[in-house]
Amino acid sequence: MFEPRTALQGAHFSGDITVTDAGLVGMIAIRGSLTDPALCAAVAEVTGHPVPATRKMSGDATDGLAWMSADELMLFCAYGDAPTVAARLVDALGDVHSMVSVLSDARAVIRLHGDVVREVLAKGAPVDLAPDQFAQGDIRRSRLGQVAVAFWMTGADSAELVCFRSVAGFVFEWLSTASQSGSAVGYFATPRR
Amino acid sequence: MLRLTCPVCGATGEETEFHAGGEAHLKRFGPGSTDEDFRDYLFQRQNPRGVHFERWRHQYGCGKWFHVARCTQTLEVFGSYTAQTSTVPDHIQSAIKARRPDWEPAQ
Repeated sequence: MFEPRTALQGAHFSGDITVTDAGLVGMIAIRGSLTDPALCAAVAEVTGHPVPATRKMSGDATDGLAWMSADELMLFCAYGDAPTVAARLVDALGDVHSMVSVLSDARAVIRLHGDVVREVLAKGAPVDLAPDQFAQGDIRRSRLGQVAVAFWMTGADSAELVCFRSVAGFVFEWLSTASQSGSAVGYFATPRR
Repeated sequence: MLRLTCPVCGATGEETEFHAGGEAHLKRFGPGSTDEDFRDYLFQRQNPRGVHFERWRHQYGCGKWFHVARCTQTLEVFGSYTAQTSTVPDHIQSAIKARRPDWEPAQ
């Protein structure tokens, strides 16, 4: 038997913010027409989350449903539950034109916590991160440095970020460098000393 | 730098979040066409100084293709619109005319 392990193996960095491997997270990609009432009903029934509106997210990486594209959703659940939940989704979707795939091992989730979390993300992503433009419940797929990521706020001073497993080390180092102590810009907030 | 808005997901970002896909509204000439038409379809491209229509893809976002009308001289973006059209929508044409009164759509 193999032991499931994350790409970052519990890495942790502490600077102006803390950057932490979120550990094993179950992730299921659901593709299909998000305007199809049958698909929305089946997804809501199995996940317990309503299908989120464009660029919105319900819940967080422990239990959440995120909008990924006009025809794609990402479901977050416990790592061990993912195959069961995916099977229930396939059953519930039945004949609805759709695709469900477990991607837990293909992605990495990183948790960010600290007063200047918005600034650290803003250093690398071409996204308006002003609190009134990007709030809890919003998700944004974009790039960080040169790689694709998606991130969302989980509170006033915390965020979660998901990236491909193959670039997890790069993203972790990028975030660690961007949040070195004393590197805050002081645009949205200043770090507590 | 261009600031583009994806008409599919409504996200606004700068050009590095997107990927340029070349000239828009090309008419395909495939099997059965003349050699000249096929050559022009493959290789001949507009390269105007001024209003230009392009295909773009929201590479790091929702991944969808769309169209952009912009000025190659000033980098002004007039608007973005769905990829599911072979003509320039009226609201984009009027947005261009508001800024470039001399501009006339190509036939």
